[in-house]
Amino acid sequence: MELEVEIEKQNGAFRFAASFSLSARRCGIFGPSGSGKSTLMHLVAGLQKPDRGTIRLAGKILFDSTARINVAPEKRRIGVVFQHAHLFPHMNVRSNLFYGWQRTDEAARRIAPDALIKVLNLGHLLDRGIDRLSGGERQRVALGRTVLACPQLILMDEPLTGLDRELKYQIIPYLQKVFAEFAIPLLFISHSLREMRLMTDEVLVFREGLLQGRMTTEELARSSMTAAGYTNMLNLGRPRMSGDLWAYRWGKNELVLTEQGESDDDLFELDAREIVLFKRHPEATSARNLLTCRVKGLFGVNNRVGVELACGDQTLVAQIVPDAVRELAIEPGAEVVAAIKASSFRRLH
Amino acid sequence: MFDLTPQDMQAIWLSIKVAFGATLIATPLGFAVAYVLAFSRLPGKALLEGLVNLPLVLPPVVVGYLLLLLFGRAGYLGRVLAFVDIRIIFTLAGAVVASAVVGFPLLVRAIRIGMEGIDTNSLQAARTLGASWWDTLLTITLPLSGRAVLAGMTMMFARSLGEFGATIILAGNIPGVTQTIPLAIYEYTNTPGGDTMAMNLCLVSIVLSFGVLLLSEAATRTLRRN
Repeated sequence: MELEVEIEKQNGAFRFAASFSLSARRCGIFGPSGSGKSTLMHLVAGLQKPDRGTIRLAGKILFDSTARINVAPEKRRIGVVFQHAHLFPHMNVRSNLFYGWQRTDEAARRIAPDALIKVLNLGHLLDRGIDRLSGGERQRVALGRTVLACPQLILMDEPLTGLDRELKYQIIPYLQKVFAEFAIPLLFISHSLREMRLMTDEVLVFREGLLQGRMTTEELARSSMTAAGYTNMLNLGRPRMSGDLWAYRWGKNELVLTEQGESDDDLFELDAREIVLFKRHPEATSARNLLTCRVKGLFGVNNRVGVELACGDQTLVAQIVPDAVRELAIEPGAEVVAAIKASSFRRLH
Repeated sequence: MFDLTPQDMQAIWLSIKVAFGATLIATPLGFAVAYVLAFSRLPGKALLEGLVNLPLVLPPVVVGYLLLLLFGRAGYLGRVLAFVDIRIIFTLAGAVVASAVVGFPLLVRAIRIGMEGIDTNSLQAARTLGASWWDTLLTITLPLSGRAVLAGMTMMFARSLGEFGATIILAGNIPGVTQTIPLAIYEYTNTPGGDTMAMNLCLVSIVLSFGVLLLSEAATRTLRRN
């Protein structure tokens, strides 16, 4: 699936211009509010008309100002999940879910509704009116409604912004499952670096209506180390009791945490600044996790240095300052011991 | 008490016919105008809005006179209609047109308020789900503005039942042809000893209007339940 965009749009004093082509399965549009992310979404979906340029999806022209082609939104087969669910208030959950499905050619119906309803855990809600749904349920119905229209590409415009922290991390596993299981290309719009890292592999960065750059999500996370710090994200399996604490398998390592996970696939955050590096194994320390690692590489942003560590079969990034790099003689290939407190991990979902 | 003459019965029947006719003719057009006012970003929107609301603020007699000029034998539309042998002035059609024009702003206002309550993003969502503009209109916009349309039609119907000024100028006061209840009451009040008869028709008028309101209320409640 390739999306090729070269468009310009003037909206009052705001000018939007972008030229890019995307082929990654999970792409992000990243930028602060007012950077033109939503404008791009509206232009690609056909809800707004660009002043000039072309839009092509999988080789098919959706918009071309010189050839005067402007394919109507209902013919583009691009699904949109808005910031708020925007469900149809006069229909129940089932009618909402199948609205797009009923308008999709039988040949194009490649999603099995039952499977999707199961993945989104909506089975018990089908006959309910939408005024009796919680915020998270509404957003799941909105996602299901879009996926069932069997689009070639799904645009998500800040779909998690309206939800509180807890709901957000309840929804993310559903999102990940849907996009992994039904193999639909995703263009994910957000101003949240954390959401980007959970949902995308590659990002386009926008600022004031202009495309600033393009990089992998990992590069984006590393480049914003000074402003926000770097956060490691660790998928940990089911824990076992270990004294008062919880022990998790992390690849070939074992980690001890204060927090108990709830599922087989819990996601934890670990701030890179909370990892302390030792040159030699400290015999006794209050930190419960001591991992012997090999330095894979270093990257610097201003006066911070990110140290990429290979811990067994897993990778971890620790953030230190240049002086520490010199004193510990940290260089690629060197061996260090990383100490992490059991309470440094924060569970996301 | 309800001692109605055959001529009174005719007036009542005519009133109902005129009100129905005017409401049915005006509703599709009113829906379209309300849609434009609620959703479009046309440059001349303020002008259209003013034009639509004009009959609300003008004396009905003025509206009737302008319509008379328009539909009269020398009028712009009158000449065109004369070709196909249609006469508006001093006919039942004239009474319908007069009522439709005078009640139109009320109809549009009610529908428009209902439409402005619709979440435009859900209309956009419908488009991206594969619904064409017409499909979206029929399956989302129309059901969601149903109550407002009904409210507008009620206002329009009730207003038409009471229309006097524009009707008497455009359609005249011809018993059995264009004499609706208000015109009949007017005639009774100008006849010595017609007070009781006028009062009778007044009561009929009250009962009719109140009945319309009750019916509309019941219909709205049913719509809301569904």
